[in-house]
Amino acid sequence: MVNQENIAVKAKQLTRKFGDFIATKELTLEVKKGEIFGFLGANGAGKTTAMRMLCGLLKPSSGEATVAGFDVYKEAEKIKKNIGYMSQKFSLYEDLKVTENISLFGGIYGLNRKEIKLKTQNIIEDLNLHSVANKLVRAIPLGWKQKLAFAVAQVHDPKIIFLDEPTGGVDPLTRRQFWNEIYASADRGLTIFVTTHYMDEAEYCHRVSIMVDGEVKALGTPRELKNQYQVNSMDDVFTELARGTSTK
Amino acid sequence: MSAIAVNGISKNFGEIQAVKPMSFSVKEGELFGLIGPDGAGKTTLIKILVTVLKPDSGFATIDHHDVVKDYHYIRNIIGYMPGKFALYQDLSIEENMKFFADVFGTKLEDNLELMGDIYKQIEPFKKRRAGQLSGGMKQKLALCCALIHRPKILILDEPTTGVDAVSRKEFWNMLQHIRTQGISILVSTPYMDEAAKCDRIALMQDGSIIALDTPQAIRDSFTYPIFGIRGANNYHLIEKMKSFPHLRSIYPSGEFAHLVMNQEITLQEIEDFAAKSGEKLIESKLIKADIEDCFIEMMQHG
Repeated sequence: MVNQENIAVKAKQLTRKFGDFIATKELTLEVKKGEIFGFLGANGAGKTTAMRMLCGLLKPSSGEATVAGFDVYKEAEKIKKNIGYMSQKFSLYEDLKVTENISLFGGIYGLNRKEIKLKTQNIIEDLNLHSVANKLVRAIPLGWKQKLAFAVAQVHDPKIIFLDEPTGGVDPLTRRQFWNEIYASADRGLTIFVTTHYMDEAEYCHRVSIMVDGEVKALGTPRELKNQYQVNSMDDVFTELARGTSTK
Repeated sequence: MSAIAVNGISKNFGEIQAVKPMSFSVKEGELFGLIGPDGAGKTTLIKILVTVLKPDSGFATIDHHDVVKDYHYIRNIIGYMPGKFALYQDLSIEENMKFFADVFGTKLEDNLELMGDIYKQIEPFKKRRAGQLSGGMKQKLALCCALIHRPKILILDEPTTGVDAVSRKEFWNMLQHIRTQGISILVSTPYMDEAAKCDRIALMQDGSIIALDTPQAIRDSFTYPIFGIRGANNYHLIEKMKSFPHLRSIYPSGEFAHLVMNQEITLQEIEDFAAKSGEKLIESKLIKADIEDCFIEMMQHG
């Protein structure tokens, strides 16, 4: 038996309909605290709808789910305060300084002046950003930008962080360093929920689920799924599953 | 014979050197990949080649015509698919294709064979407006429009960015089909795993080409011993292995960590070190460097 406190995300038959269309059908999964979970699916497979329900942004039609221990129906506001979000493209304000970005996001999440000041010091210290603290974000190297975006997404100490295609378009060194950061955070107990189109990002996850036409069609470690489908890569697993259905 | 020849082309935007002086050529009938992260200079280079941006220095030819002087000729013989979807969102699939056929003085029917399966996949939706298509469908439509006048050379800027894995695979299959029709192809991508689909690739970083060869030759040129290792906890394993003597680098790569050494070493020595550090090693094997490993090596020590 898994201790309930060690479950970060729990969904049971979570469903969302739009008219006759079932966007997400009976989603059932559990993500453990400190786990890196890859949430995969083709365009239009129902990932976004499922994610919006889990982030407290959309009421489900039926089923149950808790995120960070809070109910998606009754405690949506608490969920929002306990999750973080980062995407490769739109995370930081390029025209603001490094410190200003931290203050801005700290303010949005309701931190007071003292907390923001402390948080800023900690982030600058932890990431060794002293030399660029007062530079505009657009002027700092991509690798630093990415680390900063990850830190800013955690400025309010969320229990779970949602990453949307976290390493798309970055150079391979930055990418592998960033995955090491993700592993480090997971090791400290942060739960990481990754959505991506890129199956080589999926290979880094502890476990993944693959959605096809609104339903989870596969769930397991990348290794288990590759063995199950007798293929060499997650890319091939994905192709096997999505073939024969909508591939638009 | 070169379909594309680039000689010392460069381009600055203010103080930013988007493309530093570079030279290379694409052979006729070749599928050539420009591979590098955002900001490497791929789009700037492509814009120069498709004659919408003038270089600061050097010269380049497309089908033996100068990209600055002979832009009129070039625009008629290339098919260009820009990174951003550039078709008319309010026109249907059919209307977009007719429009591009008219502009190039040709008919849709004349080149259906070239488009082959690509058009067949979007034909059932031909009355649908382009703005209402999914990412994968938009991309197929854009490719059809770029092929409508049977170009000699097809130039595509990040056609697979933001597209799901299945559509991505289909798209590369299409490019390989088009290449068999005698069309030379230059394609850019930030995704290293797409390198293997190309005949030759140029790896780009910070406005420069850091390597140019067949994907196989680039992988073969990696001379350091490299191992794939996997532990009960890869993060802890990587942290411990950082103090391994003669280590060159160690990074996570999918479910493995890639361990690069400065000198030959046995699997036994790796296993012993991991065991001594208290980390359980589940698997360790000598591997061949992938394109990412090569890229990282060239970035750091190239």
